[in-house]
Amino acid sequence: MIYLNAFLFAGAVCLICQIVLDNTKLTPGHITSGVTVIGAILSFLGIYDKIVFHCGAGATTLISNFGHMLYTSGLAGYEEAGFLGLFTKLLCSSGVAIVGVVIFSFVFTLLFKAKD
Amino acid sequence: MNKEEYQKLVKKISPKEPKLRNAIVAFLVGGSVGFIGEVIVNVLMKSFGLSRVDSCAWLAFILILFASLLTAIGKFDNWVVKAKCGLIIPTTGFAHSVQSAALDYKKEGFITGIGANMFKLAGSVILFGIVSAFFLVLLKVMLYG
Repeated sequence: MIYLNAFLFAGAVCLICQIVLDNTKLTPGHITSGVTVIGAILSFLGIYDKIVFHCGAGATTLISNFGHMLYTSGLAGYEEAGFLGLFTKLLCSSGVAIVGVVIFSFVFTLLFKAKD
Repeated sequence: MNKEEYQKLVKKISPKEPKLRNAIVAFLVGGSVGFIGEVIVNVLMKSFGLSRVDSCAWLAFILILFASLLTAIGKFDNWVVKAKCGLIIPTTGFAHSVQSAALDYKKEGFITGIGANMFKLAGSVILFGIVSAFFLVLLKVMLYG
């Protein structure tokens, strides 16, 4: 069942974004930023946790999960160490995406050439 | 021919975006990414005994590696043109934008090329993600203590 939910949820989000992209003047940059912010807001409202519970990786592969992870680790950091904890722990669980992207991009850029 | 007629002519001749096909392709590709992700998470949980949270972190890692490598080889650009939002909205789009910007500006050198332009497209995701999460945490703490 969770496989079907994962397929439907990830597909539906991509479908909505594609419709917005085709019918408005927004660029993919606007849309990915918007989806990230929406993920953080859904996490704030307590909805995103439920979506992750029901849809599993369908929700965690999307870029909205980036906003969700930032919010949850920021809140956990605040509860653990107060106001400073918010600053030190905010990037805790989303660090895998940022560091991964930087390391792989840098290494592959050294190894490969732009293809045109 | 005045300006208005010209505009009409341009609209008539320019190819129409196949909106319905784009939407269906985005749905199928995006859904498949979610489905494959769930399969990978389950395999990781069963074969390595990882927790669900750890498996999801590994999945993000695998997707980023996969998208960066395929972009560097030159395959991923064609896929993104075809599948559009189906590959832009998952984490693969984030890796793709960083990798392609880094490759494009490689010829301008390490500092002014790669360093300055790497986050040209993905920077807005990081910026607005951090800003919104920060203020939402503050709001949550103020409202509920």
